[in-house]
Amino acid sequence: MIEVQNLTESYGPVTAIEDVSFTVGRGEIVGFLGPNGAGKTTTMRILTGYMPPTTGTAQVAGFDVLAQSLEARRRIGYLPESVPLYGEFRVRTYLDFVAEAKGVPSRDRRARVDEAMERCAVTDVAGKLVSTLSRGYRQRVGLAQALVNDPEVLILDEPTVGLDPQQIVEIRRLIKGLAGRRTIILSTHILPEVSMTCDRVIIISRGRIVAVDTPGNLTAQVQKSANVLLQVEGPPDRVMAEIRRLEGVQRVAPRGDAVDGRRTYLVESERGRDVRVALAAAMVKNGWGLYELRPADLSLEEIFLHLVTDEAAAHQPGRAAEA
Amino acid sequence: MAHILAIFKKEIRAYFVSPVAYGVLTIFALVAGYYFWIVVGVYQRAGFQSMMNPQIAQGLNPSDWVFRPLFSFLSVIVLFLMPAITARLFAEEKRQGTAELLFTYPIRDVELLLGKFFAATALALAMLGLTLAYPLLLGLFVPIEWGPTLTGYLGMALMMMAFLAVGTLISSLTEHQLIAFTVSFGAALLLWLIGWAADGAGPTGRAVLKHLSLLEHRESFAKGVLETKDIIFFLNFTFFFLFLTLRSLESKRWRG
Repeated sequence: MIEVQNLTESYGPVTAIEDVSFTVGRGEIVGFLGPNGAGKTTTMRILTGYMPPTTGTAQVAGFDVLAQSLEARRRIGYLPESVPLYGEFRVRTYLDFVAEAKGVPSRDRRARVDEAMERCAVTDVAGKLVSTLSRGYRQRVGLAQALVNDPEVLILDEPTVGLDPQQIVEIRRLIKGLAGRRTIILSTHILPEVSMTCDRVIIISRGRIVAVDTPGNLTAQVQKSANVLLQVEGPPDRVMAEIRRLEGVQRVAPRGDAVDGRRTYLVESERGRDVRVALAAAMVKNGWGLYELRPADLSLEEIFLHLVTDEAAAHQPGRAAEA
Repeated sequence: MAHILAIFKKEIRAYFVSPVAYGVLTIFALVAGYYFWIVVGVYQRAGFQSMMNPQIAQGLNPSDWVFRPLFSFLSVIVLFLMPAITARLFAEEKRQGTAELLFTYPIRDVELLLGKFFAATALALAMLGLTLAYPLLLGLFVPIEWGPTLTGYLGMALMMMAFLAVGTLISSLTEHQLIAFTVSFGAALLLWLIGWAADGAGPTGRAVLKHLSLLEHRESFAKGVLETKDIIFFLNFTFFFLFLTLRSLESKRWRG
């Protein structure tokens, strides 16, 4: 549905994205993950035809975003990060304008606007001025605006930024609900968002793609051993020695400082081997207080840092990028 | 076509939900009305004098005594007001960030441009239309020569469109309304003053400068002379600046 090849965008001496290639299949939700300034917005602006790439090509629904811009744009619903809406319009009037501007035939317009408002739960503010809406409503009107021409592809730049937790949950549910028929690319710098909404993650850092995979695979790929977190009250030296003696344990290291005499340890063991039972038994046998014992999966956060710092070390610093 | 209409309606609505339209229309109606009252007063006094001096009576008609001075005066007001109408057209979209959405809708740049330009023109013509009350009013008391009056209106309309085209171009180049207004006003003023410089120039320079002066061309309409070359001049001028605006919009797509 979306095909991007060797996309590079430079602003004078600054390279925002470099040699970015990826494809997105029909009906997929893909998360574009990266720190601020990694090149997410630039890539999205190229896809939406707002900005031309310096080199490389991008196709949306089989249409080149540069050569067949109108055709490509007809199939895209876009929501920029800043959610730029016309504040002086009422919600319904605004959406009506967008539908007309996007070429929705006049006989369908009313129904389409109603449907988009219904979907994004903004029907109750249809008569309000856009400028008086709360951030959450603005965001949803922005989504309704993207949806009003029933596009095949949705491109959402940081759709949950600046929302409160309740609103974030609502927007995420909304986005998930839109999937299926539509292909969705959304960008974010919040990791849990990706694991919650996306089928696939594209991690971008300093304008380059550093990983493309499912959230699950990424976790598995980076995590080479099984880890357990253990909180124990006992003499640290002896505790560590005891743990090392256990079969299957590769490494043990204290984590953080002791609190009330308790200390947390990170125990790394061979992959596929669960050392938790043995650990618990050893602690109890020695009469140390066992306060906590839980598996420590690398969170996406850690994977992300892992990938991004590897990447940063591999490239010379200073190739900063603009969002 | 449908896209042009969509943009046109949106712009008209934007003019009337903001103070722009009301401000421009009010100022114009006030100033034009006041000036009309003055010239009619002058015309009236000349009418009294003509009873004693038949020579004055010969050239005493509303076209020469009321409408030509009125149009000359309105041309000056228009210099201020046309930039006020066009300043927001593109600058505001860019400042608010709405350009990012507007430019990603499936609308051709030319449709976008024409929608906006027609909206500005409609507001300007509505403004000029307010003054149609004057000949109608005056017509109750003296016979009006409708020919020269209407060509005068045509000249005004064409000149306003030319100023609007310049302002539209400048608005597409900046994201600050104030800059757009100031530069457009400066450009309009220059195009007006250029005719004055003609008097000091040599024969060739004089012809060129006079030809470039928008007010010079409008003046012949007010005299009741409908010349193709003047019409063509205004249309060319307008098209040229709209064309440049189109280029400026398109350049966003390759300049990034």
